[in-house]
Amino acid sequence: MLGSPSSWRRIPERYGLIGSRCETCKTNYFPSRQICPVCRRRGKIVEKAYTGKGKIYSFTKVNVPPAGFEIEAPYMLAIIELDEGPKLTAQVVDCEERDVKIGLPVRMVFRKIQESGREGLIHYGFKFALSK
Amino acid sequence: MIGIVGYGAYVPHYRIKAEEIARTWGEDGWRIIKGLGVQEKSVPDLDEDTATMAVESARNAVVHAGIKGKSIGAVFVGSESHPYAVKPTATIVAEAVGATPHLTAADFEFACKAGTTAIQCCMGMVSSGMVEYGLAIGADTAQGRPGDALEYTASAGAGSFIIGKKNAVAEILGTYSYTTDTPDFWRRPSADFPSHGGRFTGEPAYFKHVVNASKGLMEKMKIGPEDVDYVVFHQPNAKFPRHAAKILGIDSKKLEPGLLTPLIGNTYSGASMLGLAAVLDVAKPGQHVLVTSFGSGAGSDSFLIKIKDEIEEKRSRLVPVMNYVNNKEYLDYALYVKHRKKLKSL
Repeated sequence: MLGSPSSWRRIPERYGLIGSRCETCKTNYFPSRQICPVCRRRGKIVEKAYTGKGKIYSFTKVNVPPAGFEIEAPYMLAIIELDEGPKLTAQVVDCEERDVKIGLPVRMVFRKIQESGREGLIHYGFKFALSK
Repeated sequence: MIGIVGYGAYVPHYRIKAEEIARTWGEDGWRIIKGLGVQEKSVPDLDEDTATMAVESARNAVVHAGIKGKSIGAVFVGSESHPYAVKPTATIVAEAVGATPHLTAADFEFACKAGTTAIQCCMGMVSSGMVEYGLAIGADTAQGRPGDALEYTASAGAGSFIIGKKNAVAEILGTYSYTTDTPDFWRRPSADFPSHGGRFTGEPAYFKHVVNASKGLMEKMKIGPEDVDYVVFHQPNAKFPRHAAKILGIDSKKLEPGLLTPLIGNTYSGASMLGLAAVLDVAKPGQHVLVTSFGSGAGSDSFLIKIKDEIEEKRSRLVPVMNYVNNKEYLDYALYVKHRKKLKSL
């Protein structure tokens, strides 16, 4: 369960899909990196906002979810390859197992990720939906 | 000139049929569909709430307007189902559309009309020069007590409007409000479901306010029902707006393009916003739209809107309301109960 500061720190990444890019080797990263692992000290890291468009690289159906996600199971979880290159893991919403295929285009949507109990914070962020 | 620079809609993917709700409670489904004129209603997913729907519609509006998030100087979110009792939905939306930090933001509540009141506030701020653009949102995941008549209609959806002066797709020619203290529908802070006055919600509440606000606006603007091409009224069911049109002498054909309740139910604060969005999706330059919201408690905001040439140019950037309305999957009552967390253990 995320506390207030750790949840707040991840808002740019979770709401706006903000990662980073190394201007030296032109590599895009998500989540963002402080140092380019290729260029090391010659690297020049800048902020990079992704468009939220991508495709399904691989997927699975989660029947036994981690704590906090019980009510949502079963749900589809996928590795998404963003159009700009980086891969990330996210839920695919508004679909059944039969709808999801490797290579299908997806787009970012804004959803609740987790709630810290009935009285705690609600954590929002990106999930993905099949592009229609 | 103050106008709508861009707009966006959002309706969740899931639906439940009125027939299925009637089956659960041993009611005559056909009679209810005929009586309320509502065939099915939208149901939010387990991870959706007013904030997520407000963000989806707001992001559509920003793309449609073709503006930068940073140029939005005010974000107001109207709803009666804000996810937090204390902590604004508006800051979540502002952050998600990239409008932070140089802006003002707040949440509004006025039953089903908080969204149109947000439009009026944005109009004031834009015309005074306080902000360049204001984002007004109406969004709700409406609650209905299991077995209550409200359960057939209380649904979920959001509409967002960006108010500004430059490149507007429609000009807001005037607005007029009619407000009284009328106890037709309410929910106390600790209550899960709202209470209402049954038939009292009709004549002294909905009809009095919708009719008087619409009449007041037409008198102010010196026009008659024949001068408008489309009419959008708040739509708690399909019967009320049709009857209000009849009282005002408005041809019910002008109501149909903006009457979404039969297909998605009553989206509360989203209802007149989504109805207006559906009309803007099909309206032609030069046409006039009369919009009158209604919020229990009670009040109505009425607007006269003129469509401009820019509407055609911006249409390619639009996600039409009907895309959301037609993209659906049905739930049975048991899954609906899970989605709306109506069991105590959820």
